Amino acid sequence: MKAFTELFITLDQTTKTNAKIDALIRYFENSSDEDKLWCIALLSDKRPPRPLNTTILRTIAANEAGIDLWLFEETYHVVGDLSETISLLVEQKYSLQERPLSAWMQEIAALKKREEQERIDYIIHAWRGLDKESKFIFNKLIGGGFRMGVSGQIVIKALAKFSVIPAESIAHKLMGNWTPENITFQDLLLNENSKNNDAIPYPFYLAYPVEDLTELGNASDWIFERKWDGIRGQIIKRGDAVYVWSRGEDLVTDRFPEINQGFLKTRDFVLDGEILCHDQSSPLPFALLQTRIGRKNVGKSTLLKAPVKFIAYDLLELDGQDMRELPLIERKIKLTALLAELNHPNLIFSPILEFDNWQDAATIRAKAREEFCEGLMIKHKHSTYKVGRKRGEWWKWKLDALTIDAVMIYAMRGHGRRANLFTDFTFAVWQEDKLVPFTKAYSGLTDAEMKEVDAFVKKNTIDKFGPVRSVTPELVFEIAFEGIQKSSRHKSGIALRFPRIHRWRKDKPAHEANSLQDLLDLLHKYGSQ
Amino acid sequence: MSLLKFTESGIYCEAGDFYIDPWRRVERAVITHAHSDHARWGMGHYLAHPTTGEVMKLRLGNDISLQTTAYHQTTFINGVKISLYPAGHIPGSSQIRVEHQGEVWVAAGDYKTHYDGVSEPFETVKCDGFITESTFGLPVYTWKSNQEILDEINAWWAGNADNNVTSVIFCYSLGKAQRILNGLQNLGPIFAHGAIINTNDALVNAGLAINTCHPITKEINPDLFKKAIVLAPPGAEGTPWMKRFKEVSTGIASGWMQLRGTRRRMNADRGFVMSDHADWPGLIEAVKNTGAEKIVVTHGYTDIFARYLTEKGWNAITEKTEFGTEEDQETEEAA
Repeated sequence: MKAFTELFITLDQTTKTNAKIDALIRYFENSSDEDKLWCIALLSDKRPPRPLNTTILRTIAANEAGIDLWLFEETYHVVGDLSETISLLVEQKYSLQERPLSAWMQEIAALKKREEQERIDYIIHAWRGLDKESKFIFNKLIGGGFRMGVSGQIVIKALAKFSVIPAESIAHKLMGNWTPENITFQDLLLNENSKNNDAIPYPFYLAYPVEDLTELGNASDWIFERKWDGIRGQIIKRGDAVYVWSRGEDLVTDRFPEINQGFLKTRDFVLDGEILCHDQSSPLPFALLQTRIGRKNVGKSTLLKAPVKFIAYDLLELDGQDMRELPLIERKIKLTALLAELNHPNLIFSPILEFDNWQDAATIRAKAREEFCEGLMIKHKHSTYKVGRKRGEWWKWKLDALTIDAVMIYAMRGHGRRANLFTDFTFAVWQEDKLVPFTKAYSGLTDAEMKEVDAFVKKNTIDKFGPVRSVTPELVFEIAFEGIQKSSRHKSGIALRFPRIHRWRKDKPAHEANSLQDLLDLLHKYGSQ
Repeated sequence: MSLLKFTESGIYCEAGDFYIDPWRRVERAVITHAHSDHARWGMGHYLAHPTTGEVMKLRLGNDISLQTTAYHQTTFINGVKISLYPAGHIPGSSQIRVEHQGEVWVAAGDYKTHYDGVSEPFETVKCDGFITESTFGLPVYTWKSNQEILDEINAWWAGNADNNVTSVIFCYSLGKAQRILNGLQNLGPIFAHGAIINTNDALVNAGLAINTCHPITKEINPDLFKKAIVLAPPGAEGTPWMKRFKEVSTGIASGWMQLRGTRRRMNADRGFVMSDHADWPGLIEAVKNTGAEKIVVTHGYTDIFARYLTEKGWNAITEKTEFGTEEDQETEEAA
């Protein structure tokens, strides 16, 4: 684990992409295939389940550290990272023999079959036997998310350089639901046809937000489509098998019976499109789809209330042939023909919009929210289907977010980079002379603003409730969000989608912030009731 | 609390009619140390340790009305007995012992119990009431020995010098800078920002031994920076002053570097966990050794440290001050 710990420290200490790639290559060069495989898995967020929930973890950690649970909790709120808190508080008592990453991971993965007390004993033994840095890494290995400041792209680039395989091919090989327990490093990356290739989706081609329309030239060179507000997905039909993948690389075939059957005697194909809730004629709000995501067994009533369709916008493979190098218009023609042939009730062709000037396009885009869309997609007529996020030929042209001016009334300390700073806020709007909380938000401030707001919170604390402080209602922020819906769980009666701080309205006194009525007006206009 | 109380202007001794480290203008101030949040401008008269006095003259002006008193000497203000004891925070830093009618209080100001190689080491002073800071009053804050930290800094410098990369370390100009200067090995040229050079001069005037370092001037051949270490105050980070160094590795010496989140926020290449404040075990040890029954916890994680002390049987309360605290930790001069 020493080498992996060093890798982590190196990645953590630099913000430069090339230095990160170099560090990864060095790790790949000097570690066994098993370790490489686990390293890639961890960086791709493939990990064994947590052996213990965090409540138990905190209790045994406080006990090991010899401090009361309240003091442990207070400390954790300041540190903002449970793994780090434990590594700083629990002392090393002896030295465990050095073992490679893969050995640790196999043990951790095997814990799921053991009794709770055995799992606790295993973890305590590791805490006592590891130094501060390794203890931190160990905690990350048994914990939830393991963010190492390394994006999927960096892993792919490092592997490509290391293995001399093209990055596009690496990206493709890393797709799918492999785990280090069911594949070897050789089979994952080097051997052809060694895993069930039929199930593997293509890496998605992702668009950047458009910055300057004038740089795109004539509107007539482009195809426009609605930017559907669902989840991106691929339907794979190869031989007798059908697979449905979401962009998060989850195999979701069983969750969507509407689109995983009815292809018995059809040709083989791979479609790229949007999974979304849709009645006979038109899309339904995203909120409905949320009742389907994450639910593995769908009951009849859910199927009735939240019916799903697949809006297809690209054809990646037909009859076993990779179509991605064809120009978009040709893929579209083949796609239309295929959909007509399939005549499937729940597969819809994503209509192509064409404009000869940008003004007309803008007019249509402006209506997107009423159609439960996010805006428009702009794709070059001759674009090939690329791997990952690329500039130039595909752009997303999203609607401007909805905004509301709100007063900050509660603050909590943040996590990670924002640890020990009050950066997680609750915002409120006016209802007569009262402030009604309606959303939480944290991201969106610059470092300098974060410090300034942090100082304000500390100087203007009215009351403390555990980690939360109520503060003098004085600061006004513009909150941006993508959608609004009714909610019985919130005091305000509404819930926002993707709320974030757009900017600090230093020019506005608190009494000029928006009212609950303003929010309800937005709900009435754009929301799902 | 009778002998010392907390007012809007600062910690006040009614019997002697003076304040300790006041934050508003008052007639008579006793100063624990020369950092700007404790030694403020505009007081009628100042009483401080001679070393603190030297730096105050540099920072507040030569014309301040200043009386100095060495450690362990006794002075009286309006019949109240005052004596200063080393606080171990920075050179000249003092705990203020106040005695009147058999009652003894100690206001420790900022302090640390680890020896740092330049400051007079912290001394325990027995008292009835003890006013303690709590800047690092959380159990995650535990410090390595001064030598271990200096070894890390020297190793970092040596590695950079091998690659002709200038090492720039950001540290407060009073305290941390001298502590580092006196611990650097002879690995290459040592330069310092003007703010640090001026502070060094004041401290040398007061009789301290500080390793020499070079000021940075336009005449210096830039090649000399390649294997050099440069000490600079945190405010110099990201300013045009930095542009003179071509390839640099930056380091920050601060107790806040103990946490990964703060380290990542700092955008420096290295964080050295070096503090001039007591760590968690140091705070507890200091409180214990005074034998005091009443503990007043100020600036820092006040609520948490006071609750801890209360649960361990002390009569501990918190008081608000306007000293740099967790409240403005990352700009705080003394951290």
